[in-house]
Amino acid sequence: MVVFGIDLVLLIPALMISATPVLLAAIGEAIVEKSGVLNLGVEGMMIIGAVIGFIIAVNTQIPIYGFLCAAIAGALLSIIFAVLTQFMMSNQVATGLGLTMVGLGLSALIGKPYEGIKSPTLTKFEIPFLSDIPILGPMFFSHDAIVYLSILVVAVVALIVNKTRWGLVLRAVGENQEAAHALGYKVVRIRFIAIMFGGAMAGLGGAYISLARVPQWTEGMTAGAGWIALALVVFASWKPWRVLIGAYLFGGITVLQLNLQAIGVAIPVEILSMSPYLVTIVVLVGISLFGHHTAPGSLARPFHASQ
Amino acid sequence: MFGLLLDEFASAFSAIKLIFWDPLFDESFASYARPQLLVKAGPIILIAVGLSIGFKAGIWNIGAEGQYILGAIFGASVALSFYPQESIFIFPAMVLAGALGGFIWGLIPALLKVYFKTNEILVSLMLVYVAENILASVSQGLLRNPDGMGFPGSRNFKDYPSAFNEEIITNSGMHWGVITAFISVILAYFLFLKHQKGYEIRISGEAPKAAYFAGINPSKTIIFCLGTSGLLAGMAGLFEVAGPAGQITISFNSGYGFTAIIVAFLGRLNPIGILLAGLLMALTYIGGEIAQLMLGLPGASIQLLQGMLLFFLLATDIFTNYRLKFRSL
Repeated sequence: MVVFGIDLVLLIPALMISATPVLLAAIGEAIVEKSGVLNLGVEGMMIIGAVIGFIIAVNTQIPIYGFLCAAIAGALLSIIFAVLTQFMMSNQVATGLGLTMVGLGLSALIGKPYEGIKSPTLTKFEIPFLSDIPILGPMFFSHDAIVYLSILVVAVVALIVNKTRWGLVLRAVGENQEAAHALGYKVVRIRFIAIMFGGAMAGLGGAYISLARVPQWTEGMTAGAGWIALALVVFASWKPWRVLIGAYLFGGITVLQLNLQAIGVAIPVEILSMSPYLVTIVVLVGISLFGHHTAPGSLARPFHASQ
Repeated sequence: MFGLLLDEFASAFSAIKLIFWDPLFDESFASYARPQLLVKAGPIILIAVGLSIGFKAGIWNIGAEGQYILGAIFGASVALSFYPQESIFIFPAMVLAGALGGFIWGLIPALLKVYFKTNEILVSLMLVYVAENILASVSQGLLRNPDGMGFPGSRNFKDYPSAFNEEIITNSGMHWGVITAFISVILAYFLFLKHQKGYEIRISGEAPKAAYFAGINPSKTIIFCLGTSGLLAGMAGLFEVAGPAGQITISFNSGYGFTAIIVAFLGRLNPIGILLAGLLMALTYIGGEIAQLMLGLPGASIQLLQGMLLFFLLATDIFTNYRLKFRSL
C-alpha cells in the first residue's frame, strides 16, 4: 500500500498517534465549553501533563502511572482556573492565558533535570485476531492502550452528552445559565467538575506527547497542540464525534507534512511545518462559511447566583 | 525549628531583594541593569498599549508575537535592500515598513473575523506559529548575511549606521523604540479620555448591544483594534531587531508579545498602568537574569513568577467588582 512514495500501513498508525494528544485535550475542552466555560489554558495543562507524566514514568518505569499522574496534575492545575473564574469571578480569557503561561513556566522549571532522557516505551496492545488481518491489522488494531482509550472517551462522552440526564443538565447549564439556576441546578458546581474533567484530559493528552509521540522531554514541547485542540472544538461545532474526525484530519496533515519532509519534496520545510496551523485557519473559515454556529449560549459569560 | 524557618524567610527575602531591588540600587549590577530596564520595558509597553485597546473592546489579539516578528522582518528587509547605502531616510523607512508588517499580520484575523466570523483568538495565535516559520526561513535564506560564512542570521545592524537604532543618550537604554512607547502611552491615554473612538471602543466592550444600536460599526472597531495593536507590535519588533537584538536570527524574538498580554492586564488596560506594569515586568526580566547568575535559578522560574503575578491580580478582581459584606449572625 504505497501511494506517492508514502506507505499507508505506516501512515495511518502514525496519524492516530499524532492525533491522540489533541483528541484527548479537545474532547475535554468540548465538555468544558458545553458547560459554558471557555478555558484557554489547555496548552498549559497539556504541558504540565507532559512533564509530570514523563517524570513519573521515568522514575517508576511504568508508563501507566505517568498517565495517571498527568491526568491528576492537569486536573489540579485546572482547579486554579475553576476557583478564579467560578468563585472569584475573574475574566475567563485572561485567566486561561495566565494558566497557559504558568503551565509553560512551571513545566520548564521542574522538567529541567529530565531533558535528554528517554522515556520507557509503551507496550503495543495487539487486539487478538483483528490485529492479524493483513494491512488493516497493523493499521488499526495494534496500538497502545491510550489510543484506544481516547476513542473510548469520545464514545462515552458522546453517549453521556447526548443520551443521559447528566448530559442534559450539562447542556442546560451551558446554554442558559440563569434558567438552569432557576431550575435548581448547581451551575458553579457542575462547571467546576467539567473544568476538572477538561484539565484531566488535557494532562493525559500532554503525557501522550512526552511518553509516546516524541518519547522525551523538551521545554515547550506541546508547541501549540493545546491551541489546536481549542480550534478543533470550534471545528467540531461542540459535537464529540466531530472532534474525533477533526483530530484525525489534523493528525493526517501533521504526519503527511512530516512524511513529505522526509522524502524530500521540493517544498520548503518551513512551509510544510506551518501547514497544520494554516490549515487550522482555513478550516475555521470553512466552518463559519458552511457550518452553522452552535456555540453554547452562555459560553464565557460569568455567573453568580446573586445576579 | 524556629531558626530554620527564619533562615527560609531570610533566603526568600534575599531572593526578592535580588530580583526587585538590586538591579536598580546595587552598585555592582546597576550599571548594566538600569539601561536594560528601558530596553526591555520599551517593546513590552508598546505592544501592551496596542493590545489593551483591543482588550477594552473585547477583541482578543493574542498573536502579538507574530505581528512583532513580521514587523521586524519587514523593517529589516527594507534596510538590507538598501545596504550599504547611507541615508537618513533609511531608518524612518524601516519604521514604516515594520509598522506595515505588523499591521498586515494583525489585519488577517480582523478581516477573517469581520467577513467570516472566525475566532480572532485562535487565528491570531495560529499566525504566531506561521510567523515563526517564516522567521526561520528568512534567517536561513532570503535575509541571510552573504558575508556570514553560511551561519544563519542577517547582517548585524550595528555595522550599518543608517539602519541602527542607536541609544539616544549613551548608557541610558533610551532608543527610538522607548520614545515611541512613551508616545503611544500618551496617545492611548487621550484616545480613551477625550476621543470619540476611545469611547466607542469602551462601549463596544462593555455593552456590545448598546454600541450596535448607537450606530457604532462593530466591523470598524474590530479592524481598528486589531490593526492598531498589530501596527504597534510590528514597530516594537523593528526597533528591537534594529537595536538591542541587532540582527534577524531564528530566535531573536523573546516572547515579548506574550508578556505584553500580562502587562496589559497588570496595568488594568489603562495606559498609565501599562507604563508602570511594563517597567515592573522589565524589572522581573532583569532581576531574573541576575538571579540566574547569582542563585542558579532556571530562566523559566521568572516566567512562572510573571504568570503567578497575573493570577494574583485576577484573584483580587472580585474585591474591586464586589463589596465585602459580613452577614450579621
